[in-house]
Amino acid sequence: MTKEIIYNYTLHLADNALILAQRNSEWCGHGPILEQDIAITNISLDLIGQARSLYQYAAEGCEGATEDTLAYLRDVRAYKNCLLVEQPNGDWAQTILRQFFFSTYQYFLYQRLQQSADATLAAIAEKSLKEVTYHVRWSSEWVIRLGDGTGESHNRMLNALDELWAFTGELFTPAGYEMEAVKLGIGVDVNEIKGEWEQRVNEIFAEATLPSPTTEGVWMQAGGKTGVHTEHMGFILAEMQSMQRAYPGCEW
Amino acid sequence: MSVQELEKIFLSKIDQEIKIEPKDWMPDAYRKTLVRQISQHAHSEIVGMLPEGNWISRAPSLKRKAILLAKVQDEAGHGLYLYSATETLGTTREQTITDLHSGKAKYSSIFNYPTLTWGDIGAIGWLVDGAAILNQVMLCRTSYGPYARAMVRICKEESFHQRQGFDILMALSQGTPEQRDMCQDAINRWWWPSLMMFGPHDSESTNSEQSTKWKIKRMSNDELRQKFVDMIAEQVKVLNMTLPDDKLKWNEETKHYDFGEINWTEFWNVVKGNGPCNKQRLDARRKAWDEGAWVREAASAHAAKRKMREETKEEKQIA
Repeated sequence: MTKEIIYNYTLHLADNALILAQRNSEWCGHGPILEQDIAITNISLDLIGQARSLYQYAAEGCEGATEDTLAYLRDVRAYKNCLLVEQPNGDWAQTILRQFFFSTYQYFLYQRLQQSADATLAAIAEKSLKEVTYHVRWSSEWVIRLGDGTGESHNRMLNALDELWAFTGELFTPAGYEMEAVKLGIGVDVNEIKGEWEQRVNEIFAEATLPSPTTEGVWMQAGGKTGVHTEHMGFILAEMQSMQRAYPGCEW
Repeated sequence: MSVQELEKIFLSKIDQEIKIEPKDWMPDAYRKTLVRQISQHAHSEIVGMLPEGNWISRAPSLKRKAILLAKVQDEAGHGLYLYSATETLGTTREQTITDLHSGKAKYSSIFNYPTLTWGDIGAIGWLVDGAAILNQVMLCRTSYGPYARAMVRICKEESFHQRQGFDILMALSQGTPEQRDMCQDAINRWWWPSLMMFGPHDSESTNSEQSTKWKIKRMSNDELRQKFVDMIAEQVKVLNMTLPDDKLKWNEETKHYDFGEINWTEFWNVVKGNGPCNKQRLDARRKAWDEGAWVREAASAHAAKRKMREETKEEKQIA
């Protein structure tokens, strides 16, 4: 039972990192500024690194599994990432805002995960936190730059907020395995980090001259953590897994 | 000092292997040749991100995905060094990029071929980066300082790129029959375009003679190409694959490999814009640039606001 909880919880963390990495990597070669093409690719690389450490750990608890079977041979319903990370890149404003929301969440999450009773998860969190600190700084700077840039960039940020806000609630709505993991002292209670997350978002939004987003009376979409994804997810996996599906059992 | 005297100093520096630096006097034609060559090189790095970038989302394992992503990112970094080197000659990055988008500036034709299978990612690393390295190693000793120094940094990373390409093909060559076919097919399609990367025969190369005198170039197209063939003809044996040239044969007398004639009609066609992906590559670059315009504008608008606020703050403090 404990084994299964750790397995599911670890997969959830890994899937978040991998799917956002996959999305961000779509920018590689197509970024608006060469330096930022490099920056978003860097973030993507950090996230793949995190995903790999987590999958390798999850694979230890599952007979015959490897990081690649976990990433390439599970279908949509088995993926446990939150809906936010699978949303399309859209324009640069949407990519930036998605990163800012997620990295800020991941920052507070990993900060606490460092105290996990599970030594491996604690170690991965500690190592990743350095990277995530940079992701938060980079994306915050861009939120401010775009919010307080031109009229067009400001409007594009408002539009991005419209697109993405409904997917932020899920970050703080624990799935069953998260609650079990909290009970075991392994996982982080996401309810606990909601306040800090909101505060940080409001601070950065204020500096960006963007209106403070409100949670009251706004419908929040959820489901990704238990495998009920948006329709984008099937296409992400179809593309990402195509080689492993077309040539099963090969070494690459 | 007269132009003749300045030119004399310039040439004596070239003779003595003293690097020419941005603030030194240099003939206009030298500057122009360098701007053309370095910017072309920069564009090749940036356009070169596209065919490989095409496989990032589909890389067959997480490890391969991470390596490929890092590799394509390196190319963006190389583009940056080279655009900076061009700027030392008085041409802005914007101007250089505008010339690419208008079709005035060229980039390496090799990137106008499509990447159809995962094998192509291996072949590009091994053959295309392999060919590029030979050229770039020579350029580490080129006469213009900033270009030579950029090349030293680039070469370090390129040898890792070539190894990763070879490593991909090695895995394929030791895999299933389908993987072996994928490997041979990729080599077949990339071999001749790679040979074309060294440019026309020395007898046909218009810019070569002057560039050699100025020590911008230090080996001829045909010399470099021969070096490449000799190297690859040996390495392909390790893969247990073949090169698609029935004239390829070791020549005891010359101590080099003989090889068949390049299809120059194809070469010139691709240079002129008729390669399989010329249009897609330029379209992708223009699209990224155009769609990024509002981002660049926002960044400078914000920077200007910041500066103004800081200045107002300083004024208040002084008052």
